[in-house]
Amino acid sequence: MFGIVRHLNRRNHASASNARSLTDAWTRALGTLCVVEGSGAGELDAAAKATMVCAQKHLPKPIWAVVASRSGAGGEDLAKSVAGLEGVEKVVVAETEGGFLAEPLSAVLHSLVGKQDPSHVVTGSSTFGKNLAPRLAALLDCAPVTDVTEVVDEKTFVRPIYAGNALSTVKFVGSGPVVMTVRATAFGSEKLESSGEAEIEQLGEEEKALMGSNLSEWVGEEKTESERPLLDAARVVISGGRALKSEENFKMLEELADQLGGAVGASRAAVDAGMCPNDMQVGQTGKVVAPELYVAIGISGAVQHLAGMKDSKTIVAINKDAEAPIFKIADYGLVGDLFTVLPELSAKLEALGYEKK
Amino acid sequence: MRVLVGVKRVIDYAAKIRVKPDGSGVDKANVKMSMNPFCEIAVEEAVSLKEKGLAKEVVAVSMGPQASQDTIRTALAMGADRGIHVVTDKELQPLAVANMFKSLVEKEDPKIVLLGKQAIDDDCNQTGQILAAKLNWSQGTFASSVVVGDDQEKVVVTREVDDGLETVSLKLPAVITTDLRLNEPRYATLPNIMKAKKKKIDKVTPEDLGVDVTPQIEVLHVKEPEARSGGVVVESVDELVDKLKNEAGVL
Repeated sequence: MFGIVRHLNRRNHASASNARSLTDAWTRALGTLCVVEGSGAGELDAAAKATMVCAQKHLPKPIWAVVASRSGAGGEDLAKSVAGLEGVEKVVVAETEGGFLAEPLSAVLHSLVGKQDPSHVVTGSSTFGKNLAPRLAALLDCAPVTDVTEVVDEKTFVRPIYAGNALSTVKFVGSGPVVMTVRATAFGSEKLESSGEAEIEQLGEEEKALMGSNLSEWVGEEKTESERPLLDAARVVISGGRALKSEENFKMLEELADQLGGAVGASRAAVDAGMCPNDMQVGQTGKVVAPELYVAIGISGAVQHLAGMKDSKTIVAINKDAEAPIFKIADYGLVGDLFTVLPELSAKLEALGYEKK
Repeated sequence: MRVLVGVKRVIDYAAKIRVKPDGSGVDKANVKMSMNPFCEIAVEEAVSLKEKGLAKEVVAVSMGPQASQDTIRTALAMGADRGIHVVTDKELQPLAVANMFKSLVEKEDPKIVLLGKQAIDDDCNQTGQILAAKLNWSQGTFASSVVVGDDQEKVVVTREVDDGLETVSLKLPAVITTDLRLNEPRYATLPNIMKAKKKKIDKVTPEDLGVDVTPQIEVLHVKEPEARSGGVVVESVDELVDKLKNEAGVL
C-alpha cells in the first residue's frame, strides 16, 4: 500500500518536473510488439510460443510481431503461423544472412517501436531474447524486466530471483514501453488461439539499412545435433550428473530418453567433466525446464541445478546417496546404484510398451 | 589497452537465502557475502589479458555500500591494478549501474569492459547489454572464449547459445559478458592479498558521475516460492514404474 502511494507521489513529481515523460506516458498506444526468433523449421519454438501466449493472454492488443529469420530458413512459414494467431494485426519479417546480432536487430526494433509506439515489447527468455531485449530497452532508456514468470497486470510482473529461491513482484514505473522477456516454462503450456489473418510485411528501407551495422560480424556456429526433442520443450527430461562417470555411460540416459520420447539434460558437474556439451546443462546458468516428468539420475541436487528444474510436474530422483538434497524435492525417490537401476527401468518400460530404439 | 572489469558483491552462492517475513526482500544480515561467480570469471579473463601482454591496466569497479570495497580488494588480489568504488547505500538496478559504467568509461577510456553475464542475486542478465547500447559499442554476451586480435582492432568471441556455440567478431571497443566456461578463476594467494591492500581504490558517488539512480522498477514484495510437497522413497524399480503410471499418470 505504501509502495503504491510512494509510486503515485513519484509520478506526480516526475510529471511536474519532466513534461516529456508525461507526454510519453499519455500518448503511448496500447499494443504489444512481439519478437520471435525463427528456429529454422518454420514453426514456433518454445520461446516463440511463450512470447505469443503471453501477448495473447496477458498484454494489451493489438499484437504486432517481428519474426527474426535467416534468409531461406523458413521465416516466411513462421510469419504465416504467427499471422494466423488471434489478436495479431501485423507481422514484419526481419531477415539476416548469418546469425542474429543484437547490434543491428536492436536498432531495427528501436526504429519499429518509434513508429508503432507499443506499450509493451516482449520476447522469450532464450539466449536470443536475453542478448537482445536489454540492448533494445537501453536504446529506449527504460529498464527491462527479464525472465517474467507471471503477469499480474500490465505494469506488474513476477520474476524469480536468487536462482528461483525467491519470487519478486515488481512494478515498472518508468515512462517508456515495458521491454520484457518471458520464461517458456511459465507460459508455454497454455494454448494459442488462432483465428486471425494478419498482413505480412518485409522490413522497410529505413530498417533494412539498419540491418547493416558494422559493430559486429557473425562468423559461424557449432550446433549440437540431436534428433531428440528440444530440452526446453520436451515432455520428459532425463538428466544425469557426476555419478554417470563417463561420456560412454551418458549413452544409457540417451537410450532411456529415446524410449520415452524425451530429451537429455545434465548437471553442471557432468558438463564440466566433459560427459556432454554445455547446452545440455539444466540450472541457473543453463536451461530452465518444466517437463511433465523430470528424472534426475546421479544428481545430488545443488541449489543451482534445482533452479532449472524444480517446476517440473513430477520429479524422480535415482541416487545412491539417501541424504542427497534432490530427495527433498523429488516426488519419487529411489535409493540405488544407477548402473543396476537403469537397465531394470528400461526393461520394465519396454514391458509397458515403450520400445527401445 | 585498458580493461574495465565490473564486480558485484552478492550473497555467497552456497548460502541458503531467507526471505524476510514482511516480504520486503531477502535477509542480508549475517549472511556470507562474496564476489558474484560470473564476475570472478570476468576478473580472471581481464588479468589473463594482461598476462598475455594484451592489456596494460586492469581496473576493477564495484558499486554499492562501503562493504563492496572488500569485493574490489579481492579483484586486486587476483591481479587487477587499481579499483574504483562508486559508494552508495541506495538500491542499484542494472540501468543505473550501466549508466554509471558509461560515465566511468568516458573518463577511463578502456577498450574492453568485462562483466559477468548475470548476478546470482537479481538474476537479471542485463547490465552488459545495456552498457553496450548506451556506449553504442558491440557486445559479446555469454562468452566462453575471447580472442583479442593482435592489432587490437577486433575481438573474436565464442558465445554459448541455446543450441550450441556461436562465434562473432566484434569491433573494439566492446563489452563482453562472461559465461561459466570462459575460464577457471585463480585463488588469491596470501602475498597477493597483502599486496592488494596497498593498491589504490578511488571513491566516487553517483552524483559525481552525474547519474540519477532512481529505480524504474519498484519491488512490491518478495516471497518464497511454493514448497514442493514431500515425496516418497520407493523400494524398487517396479514400485517406481507403478507410481509413475498409476499415481502420477506420466507414463
